[in-house]
Amino acid sequence: MINKTFSFLFVISLVFIFFIFYKGLNKSSLYEPKNEIKNIPKFSALTFFEKKKINSENFFEQNEYYLINIWASWCLPCREEHPLLLRLRDNDKLKLIGLNYKDNFESAKKFLNKLGNPYEKILLDEDGTKAIEWGAFGVPETFLIYQNKIVLKFIGPLNEKSFDKIEKIIK
Amino acid sequence: MKILKFFLIIIIVFYFTPSNANDYELENKITKNLRCLVCQGQSVYDSDSEFAISLKLVVSNKIKEGLSEDQIYNFLIEKYGDWILYDPQFNKYTYLLWFLPLLIFLFGGTIIFKKLIRLK
Repeated sequence: MINKTFSFLFVISLVFIFFIFYKGLNKSSLYEPKNEIKNIPKFSALTFFEKKKINSENFFEQNEYYLINIWASWCLPCREEHPLLLRLRDNDKLKLIGLNYKDNFESAKKFLNKLGNPYEKILLDEDGTKAIEWGAFGVPETFLIYQNKIVLKFIGPLNEKSFDKIEKIIK
Repeated sequence: MKILKFFLIIIIVFYFTPSNANDYELENKITKNLRCLVCQGQSVYDSDSEFAISLKLVVSNKIKEGLSEDQIYNFLIEKYGDWILYDPQFNKYTYLLWFLPLLIFLFGGTIIFKKLIRLK
C-alpha cells in the first residue's frame, strides 16, 4: 500500500515537474517590459537653454498630452526618429519634451540646429539618473503622458507604426 | 595642545570612515544583485555600460538619502520589474521557485530514507 502511494506520488511529481518545464520552455526568454499604466516619476531637472530648475510635480498640466523623448546627439537611432518627432511637433494636441541624456551641450545644440528642434522644452539629464527614474534603458526612448500617467512607452527609435499609435490615442 | 588637535582629527576621520565604507559595501552588495538590462549576463556591478553607470549612481544616491536595501530594490522593481534582481524576492510569482528545490530535496530524502529502512 505504502509502495503504491509512493509510486503514485512519484509519478505525480514527475508530471508536475514536466508541466513546469513545458510551460517555462514555451515562454519567450526575450525581456519585454510591461506596458502598464504608471504614474510619472517625481524628479527635478534643469532646462537645456535657460538652465532653470523645474519640478515634475508642477511641470505637466493635467489635460494635456506630452511626449517625453530621451535623446542624445551621439545616438544614431535618435537621428533616425528625428523626422517623425518633427512631424509630431505639428500636432497641436501634443507637447514634445526632450530629455537630453548624457550629452555635450555644444554637440546637442549643433544637432538641433542641423536637424531642427521638435521640442517645446528640453530638460537635462547629465548623469543619466533622470532616465533611470523614468525606467528607461538608454536612448532613444519615448513616453506618452496624459494626466500624469505614462500611457505608452517606446523603447528604441520611433517608427511609422509608433507614430500612428500616438496619433490614434491623442485624436 | 597641537598633539591633542592632531588626535582629535584622527578620531574624527576614523569615526566617519566606517560609515562611508559601509555605504560602499552596501552599494556593491546591491549592484551585484542587479541585472544589467542592456548587457548580456552581467551584473550592474560588473558592467561599464551607460545604463549600469547611471544605475550605480542612482543606488549610491538612494543610500545617501537613507533608503534601505529593500527599499532600493522595491524602487527598482517598480521601474523595471522583478527581472532586474538576480536574487528574486519572495512573492506570489516566485514561491514555486523558492519551494520547488526544497520539495524535491525532501522527496529525494524520503526515497533514500525508505530504501535504507528496507535494507535494514
